[in-house]
Amino acid sequence: MFAGYDFDVIQRSAWYLFREGMTFTVTLTLLAMTGGVVFGTLLAMMRLSSMRPLAWMAGAYVNLMRSVPLVLVIFWFFFLVPYIGAWLIGEKNPIRVGAFWSAVITFTMFEAAYYCEIMRAGIQSISRGQVAASLALGLNYWQTMGQIVLPQAFRNMVPVLLTQTIILFQDTSLVYVISATDFLGAAVKVANRDYRLVEMYTFVAVVYFIVSFTASNYVYRLQKRIAVIR
Amino acid sequence: MNYNWNWGILLQPEPGGAGSYLHYLIVGLGWTLATALAAWVIALAIGAIVGTLRTTPLKWIVRLGNGYVEIFRNVPLIVQMFLWYFVLPELLPRALGDWMKQIPPPWGSYLPAVLCLGIYTSVRVAEQVRAGIQSLPRGQAMAGTALGLTLPQTYRFVLLPMALRIVLPPLTSEFLNIVKNSSVALTIGLLELTGRARAMQEFSFQVFEAFAAATVIYLLTNLVVVFGMRTLERRVRVPGLIGAQQAGAH
Repeated sequence: MFAGYDFDVIQRSAWYLFREGMTFTVTLTLLAMTGGVVFGTLLAMMRLSSMRPLAWMAGAYVNLMRSVPLVLVIFWFFFLVPYIGAWLIGEKNPIRVGAFWSAVITFTMFEAAYYCEIMRAGIQSISRGQVAASLALGLNYWQTMGQIVLPQAFRNMVPVLLTQTIILFQDTSLVYVISATDFLGAAVKVANRDYRLVEMYTFVAVVYFIVSFTASNYVYRLQKRIAVIR
Repeated sequence: MNYNWNWGILLQPEPGGAGSYLHYLIVGLGWTLATALAAWVIALAIGAIVGTLRTTPLKWIVRLGNGYVEIFRNVPLIVQMFLWYFVLPELLPRALGDWMKQIPPPWGSYLPAVLCLGIYTSVRVAEQVRAGIQSLPRGQAMAGTALGLTLPQTYRFVLLPMALRIVLPPLTSEFLNIVKNSSVALTIGLLELTGRARAMQEFSFQVFEAFAAATVIYLLTNLVVVFGMRTLERRVRVPGLIGAQQAGAH
């Protein structure tokens, strides 16, 4: 089965794959995770807000993002971001946005919907008495959220947030559709240049597997450790 | 913003000459659903079997099932698509591989897409089925054994009829996922809904009309699926469980 399997092409291109591709993938994952968690937490606070229009808007946003395929969302933002950028800075024509920043914005906005649902569950897991106690002590909404509710909600949800981040890490490979050079994109370039599809694609699969498998095992152990404390 | 909106484009003929752009997109929805449904059959069949086997007392079968789940869960869907489409025909015996490569389009992309999506989703179904069986009280399996049922009979008559009804609601969201995930098949050349929206954008330069139309079609599909599954859930729900009471209270 592996007769004629050219290990040399992997060795030759490994440096390029990791320096160009994996750097892109990891940077994108980390930026989108940070942005997604921040925006997602705000969305969760909106969804749980007593102000109806805010709750409705956040709910509509989350449901919209969750009903549309990620590939379509990537296309949407790839074409939409230049227009929005032009509108923001008052330019007449669409501005140029590279594949990388387009991807960062897309994944931040898309994953925020998923992080929102996780944070919402986290916030709802905190007992009502704590909020009441904090308001009784004279803390305002932002203080209650920032110092009492969110730190605990976040802590309880760390394993789930990390699991979602592993999914995000895998999902970033879809930037292939806008021809970005992420880890998969770099491998596709080498594969097509040297006509070594079998070798490159199996190598990519193995690397993704090792990273995701190791990470999810770590999250599983973390989950067990955290679970004991409560 | 300088963008020339032209919603009329949807009713104009597409370059293939088969009808309007709207018709072109709706045929795309047909391919999306055909892919999702065929893959769903595979996912349910394998997922139910693997999920069940992972709850049996047979150690090595459980380990085999776990290995299967880990492999297909930790590789991105698009990479799996490429493996099925580009790599599998090369690894098979030459005659079979050549036959796979020569399947005429669109079936040449459809077949690998269905297999890939089916197996990718089967892992998620297996997880749900396993969780469903493990959520049953241990006493049920014990009672089965005490009544003299063999292990297969305990599963067939006691555990599975309950578990499969319990996992139905989470399976709804898996089905929605399979519909959405079928869009990844555009990377191996299947012109499903998203692929056709992309193609329409390239032909007509009306980017946002194309994507907006596709988005609306996806939203409507979601609504129909959710509604259909709700009806099904109501018909098969287990009387006496909390979920059943809540649903009945409305």
